[in-house]
Amino acid sequence: MTNEKRNQGAFFPRDRNWQPPALTPPYKTSVLRSPQKALLSLDNTLSEMTGPVFGHNIIGDLDNDLILNFAKDGELPIGERIVVHGRVIDERGLPVKGALLEFWQANAGGRYRHKKETYLAPLDPNFGGCGRTISDEDGYYYFRTIKPGPYPWPNGVNDWRPAHIHFSIFGDGFAQRLITQMYFEGDPLIWKCPIVQAIPSEEAVKQLIAPLDMGNTIPMDSLAYKFDIVLRGRRSTMFDNRREGN
Amino acid sequence: MTQPLNYFKETPSQTAGPYVHIGCTPNFSGVSGVFHEDLGISMTNDQTEGHRITVRGMVFDGKGAPLKDALVEIWQADAKGFYNSPSEMRGQADPNFTGWGRCAGHMESGEFVFETVKPGIVPFKDGRPMAPHITFWIVSRGINVGLHTRMYFPDEETANATDPVLTRIEHKSRVPTLIARKEGDDYRFDIHLQGDNETVFFDI
Ligand SMILES: [Fe+2]
Repeated sequence: MTNEKRNQGAFFPRDRNWQPPALTPPYKTSVLRSPQKALLSLDNTLSEMTGPVFGHNIIGDLDNDLILNFAKDGELPIGERIVVHGRVIDERGLPVKGALLEFWQANAGGRYRHKKETYLAPLDPNFGGCGRTISDEDGYYYFRTIKPGPYPWPNGVNDWRPAHIHFSIFGDGFAQRLITQMYFEGDPLIWKCPIVQAIPSEEAVKQLIAPLDMGNTIPMDSLAYKFDIVLRGRRSTMFDNRREGN
Repeated sequence: MTQPLNYFKETPSQTAGPYVHIGCTPNFSGVSGVFHEDLGISMTNDQTEGHRITVRGMVFDGKGAPLKDALVEIWQADAKGFYNSPSEMRGQADPNFTGWGRCAGHMESGEFVFETVKPGIVPFKDGRPMAPHITFWIVSRGINVGLHTRMYFPDEETANATDPVLTRIEHKSRVPTLIARKEGDDYRFDIHLQGDNETVFFDI
């Protein structure tokens, strides 16, 4: 058991030098969508320290199986079969249990199943591209999917997104809410991408690159990549209940 | 040398991108049959306690154009001021109210809509009451880290005047960016990412 008191404190402030700034002009869309005034810094209140909880009852049998959750009976999507797994922990290293993780991605050809998507690569009739799961008591999660392809996007005239999977994560408190992207070890497009380069340091970018994990592959079936996720930690409340005076 | 502190760094945020709906509201985006229904589309049921309200609005960019690819989430207390959360230690929230909503902006107009109840009073950390408010979190293409803000109510002038968060805003002319407008029976809360009316966003 973790110390329950410790789990009630305010979250550590977000390290804005580690996170990408709002305005990153090489990623052009950020220019008109980045607040220009300073953020109002506030210690958490109950409104940020609390957050919704999602029960396992919302999760269907195939929600963490993107290989099967859109495929027609007896058919399979095209592409490299992979398992993605890891732990959700906080900045103290404590497991975040019961975290809802949602994922979305392009298919093996780099094409998204979306009304507004126009890339010429074809849709895969057996691949939807979304999934979700809830972390267990140790913060552990896993899902399987097809490795997404890189794709071109309208920013510079020849910008390409490295292969990536989008993640949305809920922790225990709404202040921990996070959306990010997972990249794949060895992809040379990572270091050319203006969205990746929005992150100030190479060290922080590396936190988004999942290594190939031969220890968790399924022989003759699927490769594996490990992706651990760190959410904001909570401050200690060890002296908060001490009575001063009365 | 000293002992290491052994803290980890928070995973860096990346933009939600233009296709956030595939993951967060797949039925809305046209990926049907994977999830039974999109999460967060209903916050209430017919037994939820409190005064029913509709909150609608748009997110505008620095040129005043509405974002058509944003995803907005809200989090709020129930009518009595309790959060439906395991971290809520003060009492039992209304089991018929989730407190959490998620809405993709309309693909043509960009408008988001939430059917909810008016939240009650929640105490600030020193015990002073905070005026009724709804926490907003906005993500989209072009937003590198999700934006936190709050909506307050125009019919709570007295409570707003002493709210511990609103009174922290140095430039009083910016306070109205956090107060919804009454529009018929609905509340309208427009969010401006830039410009003279730039919404106050929180690092919280
Ligand atoms: Fe993407």
